[in-house]
Amino acid sequence: MNPYAGRKYIVGGIIVLVGIIFLIRLFFLQVLDSSYETTADSNARRNEIQYAARGLIYDRKGEILVYNEAAYDLMINPPLLGSFDTIDFCRILEVSKREVIEGIGVAKKYSRYKPSIFIRQISSMTYAVMQEKLYKFPGFFVQARTLRKYPRDIAAHALGYVGEVSEADIERNPYYQMGDYIGVSGIEKSFEEELRGEKGSKNYLVDVHNRIKGSYKGGREDKKSEVGRNVISTLDADLQEYGEKLMQKFRGSIVAIEPATGEVLALITSPAYRPSLLVGRVRSVNFRALSVDTLKPWFNRALMAFYAPGSTFKTVNGLIGLQEKTIHTGSEYYCDLGFHMSGYSVACHYHDSPLDFRESVRSSCNAYFNHVFMGILNDPKFGSVSESYKNWRRHVLTFGFGNTLDTDFINELSGFVPEDTFYDNIYGKGHWNFLTVRSLSIGQGELGITPIQMANLAATIANRGYYYTPHVIKEIEGGEIDERFSVRHYTSIDSAHFEAVADGMEGAVNEAGGTAWRARVKHFTVCGKTGTAEVPPYEDHSIFIAFAPKQDPKIAISVYVEHGGFGNIWAAPIAGLMAEQFLYDSISKPYMEEYVLKGVRVDQE
Amino acid sequence: MRRSINILTKVDWLTVGIYLLLVFLGWINIYAAVYNDEHQSILDLSQRYGKQLIWISAALVLAITIFLIELRFYSFFAYVLYGLVIGLLIAVILFGKEINGARSWFQFGSFHFQPSEFAKIATCLALAKYLSSYDLKLKSFKTSLYLMGIIFLPSLLIALQPDMGSAMVFVALILVAYREGFSELILVVGFILMVLFFLALLINSFLILVILTGLALISFWIVSKSYKRTFAATLIIAIPSVIIFLLVKKEVLKLDTYYIILLALAVTIPVFLYNAYQRRLKYVYLILLFLLGSIAFTFSVDYVFNNVLREHQQQRVNILLGIESDPLGIGYNVAQSKIAIGSGGWNGKGFLQGTQTKFDFVPEQSTDFIFCTVGEEWGFLGTSLVVLLFLFLLMRLIKLAERQRSDFSRIYGYGVISILFFHFAVNIGMTIGIMPVIGIPLPFFSYGGSSLWAFTILLFIFLRLDASRMELLK
Repeated sequence: MNPYAGRKYIVGGIIVLVGIIFLIRLFFLQVLDSSYETTADSNARRNEIQYAARGLIYDRKGEILVYNEAAYDLMINPPLLGSFDTIDFCRILEVSKREVIEGIGVAKKYSRYKPSIFIRQISSMTYAVMQEKLYKFPGFFVQARTLRKYPRDIAAHALGYVGEVSEADIERNPYYQMGDYIGVSGIEKSFEEELRGEKGSKNYLVDVHNRIKGSYKGGREDKKSEVGRNVISTLDADLQEYGEKLMQKFRGSIVAIEPATGEVLALITSPAYRPSLLVGRVRSVNFRALSVDTLKPWFNRALMAFYAPGSTFKTVNGLIGLQEKTIHTGSEYYCDLGFHMSGYSVACHYHDSPLDFRESVRSSCNAYFNHVFMGILNDPKFGSVSESYKNWRRHVLTFGFGNTLDTDFINELSGFVPEDTFYDNIYGKGHWNFLTVRSLSIGQGELGITPIQMANLAATIANRGYYYTPHVIKEIEGGEIDERFSVRHYTSIDSAHFEAVADGMEGAVNEAGGTAWRARVKHFTVCGKTGTAEVPPYEDHSIFIAFAPKQDPKIAISVYVEHGGFGNIWAAPIAGLMAEQFLYDSISKPYMEEYVLKGVRVDQE
Repeated sequence: MRRSINILTKVDWLTVGIYLLLVFLGWINIYAAVYNDEHQSILDLSQRYGKQLIWISAALVLAITIFLIELRFYSFFAYVLYGLVIGLLIAVILFGKEINGARSWFQFGSFHFQPSEFAKIATCLALAKYLSSYDLKLKSFKTSLYLMGIIFLPSLLIALQPDMGSAMVFVALILVAYREGFSELILVVGFILMVLFFLALLINSFLILVILTGLALISFWIVSKSYKRTFAATLIIAIPSVIIFLLVKKEVLKLDTYYIILLALAVTIPVFLYNAYQRRLKYVYLILLFLLGSIAFTFSVDYVFNNVLREHQQQRVNILLGIESDPLGIGYNVAQSKIAIGSGGWNGKGFLQGTQTKFDFVPEQSTDFIFCTVGEEWGFLGTSLVVLLFLFLLMRLIKLAERQRSDFSRIYGYGVISILFFHFAVNIGMTIGIMPVIGIPLPFFSYGGSSLWAFTILLFIFLRLDASRMELLK
């Protein structure tokens, strides 16, 4: 017998021990730990997003404002990279060799196994060339996307723009993933959910090189993408373009509304930018340039500028006076080149005196409306200035001031009408009176009103007492616009009182002694009210609100030209031209158009 | 004629059955691993599974041939075969075809041949021949030297190719030496060598040196049972160390910290030797031998790791040791292998349903990582079946080896067991992440003609010997 035969047990024991260790380890790995299953799944499954084309945006007449153009992202898949003809590659894509090498480095740093975008949005021309030669460049492929395209290149602020989602967007809404597009401003943002459609997905089985090996679970978990819904906006492309042209020399805004519906016909902010600047590969460069521009082309003045209304606000004060019966249309006040009381004076320009209500609107008499406002605040039926003021403010708010109008624009500013406590805090309760707040009589002082609110005032007067909330989308394909846009909002002023204001506004444009003769047109009656907001030490803002024609008005407009001087200098002729363009599609006074386009000021009252 | 019938009745058909089962399982898993829609037939000869069928058929022919060869051929020509293989190993380094950075293959036209696979067989035969030789003095130093020579000469040549995986297989033959009566120390030494190997890579040499010196002093104390002498010995080492340390500090000598103790040891060892010679303390020699051997070993591991191992081999060791853990970098292979096996669950995803192995997430999925396919498609049931089959085969082989009447057959049998066991342990161990990634195949399973044939020859020579176990070989 072999003396060491017992050692077979040791040898056998070692073998069995290893076997047992393996079995235990395998049991843990395969049975107890389920995390490997999900890892394996994500390993071999590639989810390819099927991007949905965004909905189109039309103008009110059916003209396309925004459509899509195919664009292609050149993708890189690091594990499949091979050697390729760099010179040819650079020539096709118009990039330098260094950029290519750096780009590959960036992609590999992002992930050595996952594809990423190598060059964003190559043109269809480049794509055509690239597609043919793609086989020569292993590791590159092309992914189709869509880009926004603007046939007229107008209405940047109204339409808004589309950009890649930010981290914050993704966090807010799990629908979005890195690389998705989202509406960032304007209509694109307000109607993002309608326009974007629904992304789909296709699941593939892939190998380690990310090569597609077949569909995952026979395509049962795939989802087809749904094209975004088209929307019809209320904008009139011709009017919008014309307005942008008129404003070329100015800083300010034009808002035009259809009084009968509240539909926004034009929303012009100047300076603006061409929407096409923010599309494609030029985007990042332009974005930076626009951001540092001292004229602030990003700033949507039509919705967000905070101006004093100036004399246009006299219409509101007049209406409140009529409603509270502190005046009647026949009331006359003297004007001695202004309003003088207790050592305080508010100057006025020269005109006939005394004037009645209608004439004072026509001539924009400061003294008259100081009297009107004094009457409102000293109204004995409220007992105190403070109570009268509260009542006045209640009236003012029903015009849509002091709050957002709740339009379908997301970035609309609210505006400001001070509460009585505002003055209490400054002067102490009971220590302020009409004289303290007299500048409110003529739309100066603490009032803050946006151009769209001003246009809404014009529409309210045009409608003789009510307005529809301004909105920019008329129709959504396969959907309905919000009910709030079909509700009439009546002001607290009886409709009967509006006719006198309309008469005054007619006079301002069409009669001798009117303040706004430059708004006059040939074929119909424009009713308007000038405004001049003082912004010392700078030149006044030129303001004008108007509607036309007088009977059955089709358009209501507000125009602001910053530092443009008196209302009649720029704002009035612009409003007249806009009304004519919209109603007649031709200009009866070419010299007026030429004057505005030239932008050289002529003071001729 | 009578003899061959006689042999057939004596063949251990159980082992043959397990062998056939493993080969069959290997084949269908290779089919699953490289399966693609274009080549659905398992008999498609343009694909690996088709080719493997050819290798299998050839292997069966080889197995039968082995049975036809005269029994005494193996023992008689053991040294000749060994010498032939050594010659081939030298030739392959000089004239071999370089594949993946190693000269491991001969190429004759479309025929590839890997001599290292056959070196295992020849080494087993030579080892069996040597250890079964008449009047072998087990305890003599010369015997140990020859033994180590037989085992590690081919290993060294293979390491030069370099193919560290195959070279390491030979370490397994220590098990044979142990079974044949070499001291338990040989296992302990083998184990210590492995631990030291990893320690040498993990911690710096200076610390290892301090630990080893400490260990030597402790063993000296245990054996001598004398505080006084141990204390004296400690002082003898410590005093020169401190002196040299101070010299280095004063910048009289410019030395690495590592060499301070080494120099101190070099100075003091003659003192110990002289002492041991005078007092006739044999154990001091042993302790010194162990100390110097260990130092030399760690030093060479360090050297080999930094200067001989190629970068990918360094990385493989680093992954296992957790020095570099980077799931998408070099640890990728092990991570993917674990994902594939782990995702199999209880009973797997089903035949041909594995995604990880099929889509190349797992590297070498038909050769070294074939076990991943088993794990992914057949789950825990499949993997445990394979593990149990191997255990059963190895146990069966131990039983067969122990029933041999001739020492040569038994020793050769243990050689077969050791080599199969090493492959089994390291291959499956690496796929489940408890062994370093050493590229060696899973016996009978992995794709490849050379390895399948070599394992078949290795096993069937033993079965041939076993079939004639009643005849005495000398």
